[in-house]
Amino acid sequence: MQRILILGGGVGGTLTANLLVKKLRARIDRGEVGLSVVDLTGQHVYQPGFMYIAMGGERAANLQRPERSLLDKRVTLVIGEVARIDVDHQVVTLTDGRPLGYDQLVLATGSRIVPETIEHFDTEAQHFYTAEAAARLRVALDRFAGGRIVIGIAGMPYKCPPAPLEVAFLIEAELRQRDLRDRTTIDYCSPIGRAFTIESVSEMATPILAEKGIELHTFFNVEAIDAERKVVQSLEGEELPYDLLILVPPHKGQQFLMDSGLAPAPGGWLPTDRATLQVGGRPNVYALGDATDLPLSKAGSTAHFEAPVVTERIVAAIEGRGVDHKHGDYLGKVMCFFEVGDGKGTLLQFDYNHPPRPPKPNQIWHLGKIVFNKTYWHTVPKGRV
Amino acid sequence: MTDAAVAITRTVDARGSFCPGPLMELIRAIRESQVGDVIAVYSSDKGSKTDIPKWVEKAGHRLVSLETSDGYDVIVVEKLR
Ligand SMILES: Cc1cc2nc3c(=O)[nH]c(=O)nc-3n(C[C@H](O)[C@H](O)[C@H](O)COP(=O)(O)OP(=O)(O)OC[C@H]3O[C@@H](n4cnc5c(N)ncnc54)[C@H](O)[C@@H]3O)c2cc1C
Repeated sequence: MQRILILGGGVGGTLTANLLVKKLRARIDRGEVGLSVVDLTGQHVYQPGFMYIAMGGERAANLQRPERSLLDKRVTLVIGEVARIDVDHQVVTLTDGRPLGYDQLVLATGSRIVPETIEHFDTEAQHFYTAEAAARLRVALDRFAGGRIVIGIAGMPYKCPPAPLEVAFLIEAELRQRDLRDRTTIDYCSPIGRAFTIESVSEMATPILAEKGIELHTFFNVEAIDAERKVVQSLEGEELPYDLLILVPPHKGQQFLMDSGLAPAPGGWLPTDRATLQVGGRPNVYALGDATDLPLSKAGSTAHFEAPVVTERIVAAIEGRGVDHKHGDYLGKVMCFFEVGDGKGTLLQFDYNHPPRPPKPNQIWHLGKIVFNKTYWHTVPKGRV
Repeated sequence: MTDAAVAITRTVDARGSFCPGPLMELIRAIRESQVGDVIAVYSSDKGSKTDIPKWVEKAGHRLVSLETSDGYDVIVVEKLR
């Protein structure tokens, strides 16, 4: 029997498992192929909803479903924490000691946030990268009665690159509605020389920042927080005072990938081939989603477009045929909605060779994001879009 | 402009990176490196030729060289602090 083992039951792992079933159903039913997903919690979390806990009345309970309910019944779900991978012997070991052998391995364990790597982050800064933190930010915003808001990025790479800009736009709109705008300054700290990494998106966002009176600070990579003086300091040597500090926390790959010698410290991102998605040149080990070191957005959308590539390559190996390069090469496709506040949004769609050309923000793309958020459970993980 | 005496510690291939972009790939590499390390960034993004030197100056590092070959730029930076 050919054993396919997928580590991580998030966007990338779940979708890959369900796509593999579609292609290998008969072989699985005949017992020639076994397919398992290992997940830490057994709960699938829709993380883009966190921003709406802070900004839009969303509840954490709506953003979580049992992983079992999203996986085809032919997939075995193992709930447990991966401790180590031995690529020489093709064995994964869980923290409780259970060994799981594989012939094909998919690494989809995402990223984790490490706010503790910045001193005073936990007590001084708010964020929206977990459901709990987003709920705390909501409370802080409810209590906010005017002052200095600083929004910045405390480490690269991070999940969903547009998110901090979206939050700046949404907060500005909210404060206007609450009649607090006159009593508030908003500083937006961009790590690079413009508002956003992609030039066309920056060209779209910069006039919106100006129109909304949000001050843009470029080349400001958050490095430290001085809790006593209530100032945030940049890697480039500048500082900004704050009353409410909202920072994207630093992110890393999973520790066990570093411990297993698959991903270099300190980042822990897997060295992944940009076209084949193979890890470290190994023909039977793949990575997708946030876990890779690819110079692309860490977004569910990236995992969504990578999953068919991993699927085609594994199916080709099992069927003993060559890879169909039309489906088996990743071209860097990513597609993300982008909120600009006041009920408007736009769409960013790009690949390795084509930068995005975002349409003028309108209500359609804002509604598109809302509908996508609501229908996610029935579409993405099941491979229906 | 190449400084032949400088040995490259790490190479970052950010060709085709629009998001988060070559400058961010460089900043990430700088954060993960030691003072004195030399990082070479490959970029096909036209903005890098101006953005990266501007950031290097503001952040207090050293631009070792900037060359164009085969449709992409190779920008070499030494971490100074
Ligand atoms: C606030 C916010 C807003 C976002 N907005 C968007 C958006 O608008 N559009 C978009 O496309 N993306 C967005 N994202 C990003 C998106 O959620 C992630 O990029 C996506 O979930 C990555 O998918 P993944 O499969 O790589 O990892 P994940 O979905 O994070 O799944 C990883 C899984 O691996 C498991 N795991 C980790 N370690 C272990 C271990 N040791 N053993 C066993 N299991 C383990 C975890 O429990 C988890 O289930 C947003 C994220 C956040 C936080």
